[in-house]
Amino acid sequence: MEIVKKAVAGTMQSSDLMVFVEPADKLKVEIESTVIKQFGHLIEAKVDEVLAKNGVTVGFIRLTDRGALDYAIEARIETALARAGAV
Amino acid sequence: MAKNSLGREIPETFNGKSYIPYRDPHSIKPETFHFQRASRVLKRNYSGASKVAGGLREAIIASGLKNGMTISTHHHLRNGDRLLNDVVREIDALGLRDIRIASSSVHIVHAELIPYIRKGVITALECGVNGPIGEQISRGELECPIVVRSHGGRARSVISGEVPIDVAFLAAPYCDEYGNFNGFYGPSACGSLGYALVDAQYARKVVAVTDNLVPYPALPISVAQNIVDIVATVGSLGDPKKIVSSTTQLTKDPMGLLIAKYAAAVIDASGYLKNGFSFQTGTGGISLAVAGHVRDMMRDRKIKGSFGCGGITGFFVDMLDEGLFEGLFDVQCFDLKAVESIGRNRKHQEMSAGLYANPFNMGAVVNRLDCAILSATEIDVNFNVNVNTESSGLLLHNTGGHCDVAKGAKVSIIVCPSIRGRLPMVRDEVTTITTPGETVGVVVTERGIAVNDHLPELKAELIRRRAPVKDIRQLRDEIYAVTGAPRPVEFTDKVVGLIEYLDGTIIDTVRTVRA
Repeated sequence: MEIVKKAVAGTMQSSDLMVFVEPADKLKVEIESTVIKQFGHLIEAKVDEVLAKNGVTVGFIRLTDRGALDYAIEARIETALARAGAV
Repeated sequence: MAKNSLGREIPETFNGKSYIPYRDPHSIKPETFHFQRASRVLKRNYSGASKVAGGLREAIIASGLKNGMTISTHHHLRNGDRLLNDVVREIDALGLRDIRIASSSVHIVHAELIPYIRKGVITALECGVNGPIGEQISRGELECPIVVRSHGGRARSVISGEVPIDVAFLAAPYCDEYGNFNGFYGPSACGSLGYALVDAQYARKVVAVTDNLVPYPALPISVAQNIVDIVATVGSLGDPKKIVSSTTQLTKDPMGLLIAKYAAAVIDASGYLKNGFSFQTGTGGISLAVAGHVRDMMRDRKIKGSFGCGGITGFFVDMLDEGLFEGLFDVQCFDLKAVESIGRNRKHQEMSAGLYANPFNMGAVVNRLDCAILSATEIDVNFNVNVNTESSGLLLHNTGGHCDVAKGAKVSIIVCPSIRGRLPMVRDEVTTITTPGETVGVVVTERGIAVNDHLPELKAELIRRRAPVKDIRQLRDEIYAVTGAPRPVEFTDKVVGLIEYLDGTIIDTVRTVRA
């Protein structure tokens, strides 16, 4: 799937996250999180899984996380991808 | 380093003083520390002349404060307090250095002290802190050894002379020129002066600082002229409107309401909710919602309670006015309705921190509590509770009366959402132990109720009533299944703070967080 335009999904409330996606030549993922020390590894794994599931191989994906659970991360990324024309 | 009975590594000495590792909630006696009683030099003042020395600077000079000494203030004006900042600024202006602060608490507003800590004006904190000072200390960005104490523990340390206070600067909202004062009236009225009552009796010099000098005598008296050395006048002690923290509204959050409902069910099942019931809650939204349920049950069943205790809110004032309690014990007013009440109602009793919770006396008020609602930032599978540090490892909160009340109440109930921003609140280990699990009765989350082993009858009764009782390990597993298991935060070996248990032993340490 290709990201054809910039898109955003989510909020900055506690237990939620914002996902920013935009077109790029390579795949680049940036994660900022209030719980990066405790859960950085799990958030990264989840992002990779959702991107792979949706066939995203290039694009700039940026997460600003406020302690969201996995299902919220998945839903926000997929919504951002849909808005970016990638799903 | 020695391990205490909860497995925490405790240094033998810290900032030049030696400490005993925590053992258990009961066995430490005053004799363990060779304490008899604190006393101060007898004085004689046969002059009836005014004690007003002038402003803060004149009062500091008159007090004889010197380098290396310890000062205190009280925190009844909470985040509206100006006095501590003003005192430290004047101390700096006078060129004094190496001063210890042993106030009853330090709030976010006191972040103004940080430059004076860097400058060497303030070199130790003999009290816990809320907010940026603790955060910077635990990040290793600010050097200032800190010993965190509960309200009862602080009273003990001042009364026993472990923390000798050289000069107490006590905000005195309604004060006369000979030093009588109370906190009930005036532009900076804060109500109870519970924490200050201890300092007034045991500090070597007592300075009453007022923005409201009234004609002699300032009645009724909370602190009397015979123990006040100096009176100082200032433009303003602070802003009482900022006494109220943001969390003094009943929660509307459905999860919080569910937790409150379960907690009320625990109180109902405890068997103590009958005539003579005694109760304490904090100010959090969930705590107040529990108080709402308790009030409704007391009304419906025509129960007359014995007393409400603690930091007092308008909610408890209403219950007193309605006749649901015989009286209130108030160490600190949490809102202006409580301030107004304590000034008019003799059954709303001002209570010193020593009477409230000092373990080394003939019985504190917390000993008479049936049920108490307490909060937590984390709970472990052994019911140990952390309220001092966040899961990030940063020291952001003072203990308050947490461990005092948990120890005293027959049933101490911790209310806490199971997850906050992905962080599991019931976990294998807490970052910092504030309150030992042995003194915690029940943990209530929206996912279920865990009852500690020392309350088997309560557990059986809750199961009989089909309440969602779960083993605390099961609760942890259910939460981890949703959040994932957190990686532990890494700390350096550098101990920057001690968490003192109410008896003076050390229950945990604060180390700097590894970046």
